[in-house]
Amino acid sequence: MNKRLFPIISLLMIAAMILTACAGGGATGGGTIKIATQSPLSGGQSAIGVDIKNGAELALEQLKGPLEAMGFKVELAPYDDQANPDQGVANAKRIVADPEVLCVVGHYNSGVQIPSSEEYHTANLANVSPANTNPRVTDRGYAEVSRIVGRDDVQGVVGAQFAFGKGMKTAYVIHDKTAYGQGIAEFFKREAERLGMQVVGFEGTEEKANFDAILAPVLAANPDVLYFGGIYDQASVLFKQAREKGYLGMFLSDDGYDSPEAIKIGGAALLEGGGVYYTTVAGPAKLYPGTAKFQTDFKAKYNADPKPFAAQGYDSMAICLKAIENAAVANGNKLPTRAQVTEAVRALKDFPGITGTINFNAKGDLTTAKYFVIQVTSADPEKWNDNTIDQTLEIAPPQ
Amino acid sequence: MRRVFNSQTIREILRPLGQIVVFVTASGVVLSLLILLLALLLRGSAADQATIERNGMDIFTYTLVNLPQVLIDGVTIGFVYAAIALGYTMVYGVLEFINFAHSEIFAIGAFVGVEALIFLESAGMLSGASNLSAYLWLILAILLGMIAAGSVAILVEMSAYRPLRHAPRLVPLISAIGVSFFLQDAIRLIESLTTGQFHRIIPTFGNFDERFSLASIPYLGTNINLDIQVKSVWVIFAAILMLVGLNYLVNATKLGKAIRSVAQDQATASLMGINVNRIISLTFLIGGALGGAAGVLYALKFTRIDPFVGFFPGIKAFTAAVLGGIGNITGALLGGIVLGMLETFAGSYLNVFTVGAFGAEYKDILAFGILILVLIFRPSGLLGEQVGQKA
Repeated sequence: MNKRLFPIISLLMIAAMILTACAGGGATGGGTIKIATQSPLSGGQSAIGVDIKNGAELALEQLKGPLEAMGFKVELAPYDDQANPDQGVANAKRIVADPEVLCVVGHYNSGVQIPSSEEYHTANLANVSPANTNPRVTDRGYAEVSRIVGRDDVQGVVGAQFAFGKGMKTAYVIHDKTAYGQGIAEFFKREAERLGMQVVGFEGTEEKANFDAILAPVLAANPDVLYFGGIYDQASVLFKQAREKGYLGMFLSDDGYDSPEAIKIGGAALLEGGGVYYTTVAGPAKLYPGTAKFQTDFKAKYNADPKPFAAQGYDSMAICLKAIENAAVANGNKLPTRAQVTEAVRALKDFPGITGTINFNAKGDLTTAKYFVIQVTSADPEKWNDNTIDQTLEIAPPQ
Repeated sequence: MRRVFNSQTIREILRPLGQIVVFVTASGVVLSLLILLLALLLRGSAADQATIERNGMDIFTYTLVNLPQVLIDGVTIGFVYAAIALGYTMVYGVLEFINFAHSEIFAIGAFVGVEALIFLESAGMLSGASNLSAYLWLILAILLGMIAAGSVAILVEMSAYRPLRHAPRLVPLISAIGVSFFLQDAIRLIESLTTGQFHRIIPTFGNFDERFSLASIPYLGTNINLDIQVKSVWVIFAAILMLVGLNYLVNATKLGKAIRSVAQDQATASLMGINVNRIISLTFLIGGALGGAAGVLYALKFTRIDPFVGFFPGIKAFTAAVLGGIGNITGALLGGIVLGMLETFAGSYLNVFTVGAFGAEYKDILAFGILILVLIFRPSGLLGEQVGQKA
């Protein structure tokens, strides 16, 4: 390095450090609170992931008032987990390393949430999940992890009972090999067999385009219902190709199917024959009584109807904000620690969310969660929110 | 114009057509006989019991009933692999190096074609289009994909390979892998900036999704259905057209002679007044354009594309080129068809024959295992390597 430059650069660096220290020090009167979101913002599942973030962003804007009144600066820190466990964990490490982050709204995919939340657990950082349904999300008993949606060991059962109720005798089950997809597919299979349905095939695949080989045995078996455990970007391509090959039975999937993109990919052919149904833990925002204002606000801000799980993103953020507020009040209006926020999340009683009144049990599950069975009725993605609700159930989590 | 229809022209058009018929029939018959024999041997086994229980027919009937569909699927994907493999094999024939960026050239073709169709759809041209105009739009999309992919291939050649032409063999190979990553992320970047997402869905239009029945043969209480989708017919037809056209270009035109001479000896070719750099660019243009067309056809057949869509078809097409004998156009065709069939056979029957122990996911292991076996006994591929003889 140039000898004359070295002292100048050193001086600049020292100046920079002092400035940063000042900035940090100056804020201790109130301090900055960041709430991170983690969801797939790019890639095939971004349609849902972006709206989880947007829902959370809207909540932050509308509900940060009380915290700002205490002198805190409240910011959103959105992260893109790309629906990829590696990326989710890498982001989680960065989130945990940022001391200003006090709560995480996060993850669309259980397969991403489960490894990422190990990081939150180690750092005592509260994580409110808007969409993760795999039992392991809460079954690990982490005090940090709470979710505001139902569980797959119920959802899979709901799916199987629905198919059985529709008189289906044989089922072929395909899943995407992720913690989420395989998990729910196994719960579906177990319940279907318990009810006396015949499960003629059970297969996992990571294939995204060419389902010829997967579909050959399906067509040969010609099951009454083809169940897919996984996400819409794979499910719809599979369903579409199955119809093209002449399969006319019922398609049944899970809450991962809940996206207008699903019908955009699949097209009108899916609605023929046995039609398309899916079970979900969220459903369109209009299903919930408290979401009228949310829907108009969301539409005004993002110029589109909220997609499934946007309202859950909103509520997760609302829970984070409320818990931080309660913890701060308990802490004498000073910045609470992560552990205090974690406790405050679970301490919430009868929290009035837009998707319902929220109470957590000891594991972090809702004391009763909603489950829906929905039939896709229109090939127009704009009308996804108008799909027919076949069943609405409220079920407590298994102990 | 009289010269166009001389006997050589006709021969060069008929020869590859004949080869296609022979290859498809031969590999189809051989594989069908093998699988039927296997099914016969498995009669009375646990696999047979499971099939009877699940499908209400014994394993031999099951195999036979599914065979036509498997053959049609196998041939379709085989032609897609063959069309991509042409790009690998042409470049290898001329430069003796593997253009690993070819799979991304394929993806670029797919993206340009699909974006063009999406644009047409948003302009309202596709909805309610008659079949004929739907076909014309598809041809337009394929042409756009070919132009884009061909030009990117030339750019890649000029910027990443030409400066390294006299470097050791490994250097352009690494450069090719670098270009491959660069192009993947470039697609991702451009798509994200312009459309906000990089997974694209080809619009549904025309009658491509419809299927028509070729035959229905009653057999022991069930029907053996032989039907094919309109888009599969398109894929097969377009691929055959490309193969025949390329074969004609290389073997029966002056340009083809120049390509062949550059492949044999660059220095001597340039002494004969051939512009070697231009011929090499041209090779990339043709290979790239064929890859681009294959990309649009792939999107048509399988609906969804993303920036990484080229990777697996690319690897498989490369494998097909090696299986048939790299540098050999006929070999690429044979390799593509054999690999496509092997893969579909493995995927469709593995599950049934192993009572679910190996699912369709293991199809690549079987297909590539057979590839290794073939290469042990015929290291230069089924038809032999042709370097310095023919592009």
